[in-house]
Amino acid sequence: MEDLRLMKGNEAFAEAAIRAGCDGYFGYPITPQSEVMEYLMKERPENRTGMVVLQAESEVSSINMVYAGAGCGKRVMTSTSSPGYSLMQEGISYIAAAELPCIVLNVVRGGPGLGTIQPSQSDYFQATKGGGHGDYRLIVLAPSSVQEMSDFVSMGFDLAFKYRNPVLILADGVIGQTMEKVVLQPQRPRLTEEEIRKNTPWATVGKSIDREHNIVTSLDLQAASQEKHVLHLQEKYRQIEAAEARCEMIKCEDAEYVLVAYGSSARICQKAVDLLRAKGVKVGLLRPITLWPFPSKEVKELATRVKGFMSVEMSLGQMVEDVKLAVEGKVKVEFFGRCGGIVPAPEEVVHAVETKLL
Amino acid sequence: MTEEIIIAGFGGQGVLSMGKILAYSGVMENKEVSWMPSYGPEMRGGTANVTVIISDERISSPVITKYDTAIILNQQSLDKFESAVQPGGTLIYDPNGITHKPTRKDINIYTIEANDAANKMGMNKVFNMIVLGGFLKIKPLVQPEFIHKGLEKSLPARHHNMIPENEKAIELGRTLIKQEQKAE
Repeated sequence: MEDLRLMKGNEAFAEAAIRAGCDGYFGYPITPQSEVMEYLMKERPENRTGMVVLQAESEVSSINMVYAGAGCGKRVMTSTSSPGYSLMQEGISYIAAAELPCIVLNVVRGGPGLGTIQPSQSDYFQATKGGGHGDYRLIVLAPSSVQEMSDFVSMGFDLAFKYRNPVLILADGVIGQTMEKVVLQPQRPRLTEEEIRKNTPWATVGKSIDREHNIVTSLDLQAASQEKHVLHLQEKYRQIEAAEARCEMIKCEDAEYVLVAYGSSARICQKAVDLLRAKGVKVGLLRPITLWPFPSKEVKELATRVKGFMSVEMSLGQMVEDVKLAVEGKVKVEFFGRCGGIVPAPEEVVHAVETKLL
Repeated sequence: MTEEIIIAGFGGQGVLSMGKILAYSGVMENKEVSWMPSYGPEMRGGTANVTVIISDERISSPVITKYDTAIILNQQSLDKFESAVQPGGTLIYDPNGITHKPTRKDINIYTIEANDAANKMGMNKVFNMIVLGGFLKIKPLVQPEFIHKGLEKSLPARHHNMIPENEKAIELGRTLIKQEQKAE
C-alpha cells in the first residue's frame, strides 16, 4: 500500500532523507527550514537506519562536515536558508572541485543580507552561476510541491553519485512550510562498507595494500595540472547539460505565449494560466525542474512557435537571463517579479501578462 | 469543487491546528488539500493565519489572495481579511472582542459565539473545534466520519483520549452558528 501522508515540504524532505538511505545530516537552524532538523531530531533516524543527525556550531562547520562525509563515500547532506547558504560557499566550491557527491537544500528567504524570513527566489544567480569561487557548477533541482521535496532527495543522491557532483535543491518558504499530500518512497538501505569500496573507489575508506592512497583535495599548485582538472570538470558539466536538463510543460501545445517559472512561482503561474485561459488567452507554462542545467533546448524549440515569453520569479530578474539566452532574440521575453519575501498573487501575474506581454 | 479558506486569529487560539484537522479530514476523504501557514515572527505571540484549500482537483497555487470563506477570530484579522472574501463568499466570525463589525453587503456573514460557549462549558482547549463545527454546518465539505479520521491522524496518539471532547465541540459548534447577513 502506498504510504500517503500530509506533511510540510521541510518534513517531507527530512523523512525522504532517512528513506533514501542517507548516512549523515549536518545542519544549523535557520527559518524557514528549521523543521528539517527538528523532524530528524524527533524521528531519531539513528534507531531506524543508523543515520547520523548532528547540529553543527555554524553553517561553515556543517558544510565542512558534509565535505568530510562525502569524501568517505557516504550519502550526506545539509540544509539551510539564504544567509546560511552564503556562509557555505567556500565549502561548496571545495566539494565541487574535489568532485564529491552530496545534497544541499536551500529554502530561500528574502534577501539580500539577513533580509526577511518570507519566501523568495532571489538566490537563483548564486545557485546556478556559482556562488563560490572558481569554474564550477552544481546540479540544481527546483521542487514545486511537497511531493517533489520528497522525490528529489533520492533522485538528488543518484545524480550526485553518478556525476560525483554536489546537488543543490533550491526551494523557498512556500514549498518548505506548506503541507500537502505526499506519497513517501520505500526505505532504501544505507550503503554497506563493501558497497562503498566497490561503487566509489575514490573514497577515503582506509588504504588497502593493492592500491595507492586516495587523496581528497581541491588544491593543486601546478597551473598546468589544475587547468587539466578544470577542463575535466567542464567536460563533465557538458555531459550533465546534454543528459539531465528537465522541465514540465503545461498547456504549451497550442500556446501563443509561455510563462517560465519554477518552484512556488510555477504553482502560482498554473493558476494564472487557468485564469488567462478562462479569458481566452492561449498561454502555457514551462516549469524548469533543473535550473542548472537549464532546459534551454525546450525554450528554444518553443521560441520557434510562440509570440513571447514571460519569466515570473520571486526576484527582480535572474532566471529571465537564461530564458533570453535560450530564446536568442527570436521573440520578446518579458519579466514579472516580486521581491523581499512578497509572494505574487495569481491575479498579479495575469495583470502583468495582460499589460506587458499581450 | 474547490473551497479556498483563510482561518485567522491570535496565536494560541488553535488556528493552525484547526486548519490541520480540516486538511487531514480532506485527505481522509481522498480530496486534494493544501495548508499554508503564516510563519516566523507572526507566530510568536501575534496574529496567526493559515490558508486551507480543499478540492476535487489538483491544486495549482497554495498561495491565494481571494477566499471563498474567511474564518475570523480577532479584530486584526477581520480588518485584514474582510476585503479578501470573494463577492458572494462567506465570512464567519466570533463576535468576542470585535468592536468594528464587518461592513460588506455582498458576502454571507455568520457569527459563532464559540469563545463564550467554550468558557461557560470549560472547553477552552477545544474552542477551535467549536468554530470548525460551525463552519462545517455552513459548508459540509467533509463528512463527519472523515473528521473523526482526520482527528485521529492529526492528533498524536497520546491525545486520542481527547477525540470525543473534540467531536462534542464540533457538534456544539453546529448548533451555535447564526446567520447575520445574506449576500445582496
